[in-house]
Amino acid sequence: MAKITFPVEATHIMMFARAIGDTNPVYHDAEAAKKSEVGSIIAPPSFAQAVAQFDPDYHLRPKPGQKWFGSGKTASGVEGKPASSGGLHAEQHYEYVRPLRPGDVLTCETLPGKTWERESKRAGKLTFRERVTEYRDQTGELVMIARGVGVTTERPVDAG
Amino acid sequence: MALKASALKVGDTHSERVVENLSRTQIVQYAGVSGDYNPLHTDDVYTREIAGYKSVFAHGMLTMGLTSKMLSNYVGDGRLTKFGVRFTNQVWPGDTLDASATVEAIREENGQKLVDLKLSTTNQDGKEVVSGSATARIDA
Repeated sequence: MAKITFPVEATHIMMFARAIGDTNPVYHDAEAAKKSEVGSIIAPPSFAQAVAQFDPDYHLRPKPGQKWFGSGKTASGVEGKPASSGGLHAEQHYEYVRPLRPGDVLTCETLPGKTWERESKRAGKLTFRERVTEYRDQTGELVMIARGVGVTTERPVDAG
Repeated sequence: MALKASALKVGDTHSERVVENLSRTQIVQYAGVSGDYNPLHTDDVYTREIAGYKSVFAHGMLTMGLTSKMLSNYVGDGRLTKFGVRFTNQVWPGDTLDASATVEAIREENGQKLVDLKLSTTNQDGKEVVSGSATARIDA
C-alpha cells in the first residue's frame, strides 16, 4: 500500500479538538501549552484518524467529476446497484511512543492484517478486516501504531 | 495534572459527561475535520432510504474522541501509551454520553509507573456504546 505523508498542523488540531468538544488549551493555545507539562501544543489521542485528509484516493470523500453514492436528485448518486459505504468501524487501537505535535511530518504506512468472520443476531454474517498503520516522524522514528478493524455486515445493524 | 501511583488504587473510577444531546451538526463537524464524509454520518436521505437505518449516526471515531476527552482529563496530557476501543452500539443524534475509566492495575515497567484502565462509554439508556482499555504513565 502506498505511503501517505501527513503534515500535522496547529489549525487542524484546533478544529479536531472543537469537533470532539474538547476545550483543553493544550490543543489550541500555544502560550498555555508552553507552560504545560507537554511544553507545546499536542494533538488529541485519536487525531491520527484525520490522516484520511491526506490520502488522495480516500473513498469516503466526494471528488470532482466522480459519482458520489450519497444523495442528490435521488437518494443515491450511484444508480442500479446497492451503494456501499465500505462497512462500519468495529475497533480502533493506538500505541503511542510520543504525542503528535504541529510541525511533525508523518509518513504513514498501512499493512493489511487478519481477516475473520462471525455470525451475529443483529446484522447477519460479519466480515472483519484488520489494518495496521505505522506512523513515523521526519527523522524516521516510529511515533505511533494504529490498528483498526472494519466490519462489513450482511444487513443493517438492528438497533435493538 | 498527572496521577500519582501512591494516591491511586484498583477500582478507582473517573467519569464525565462527554456530550449532551449530540447534534447532527457536530457529526458533520467531525466529518469535515477527520475527512470521513461517509453519507451514513452526513446524509439522512441516503442513510434512511438506501442504507436502511433510522437516521444518520455518529462516526465510531467521534465517540472515541469524546471518550478521549474524559481520559486525557483524568490521566493528563501526553501521558497515554495505549488507547483502544470497540464500538459496541451505534451513537445517534440526540444521544447523551457518559464516559468512565476504572483503574484495573497499577504497575511498573522499566522504572516507569503505569496505570491500566478499563473504559466504558454509555448512552442515556445505560447501553454501552464503547468499551475499551488504556494505559498511561503516572508519577510515583
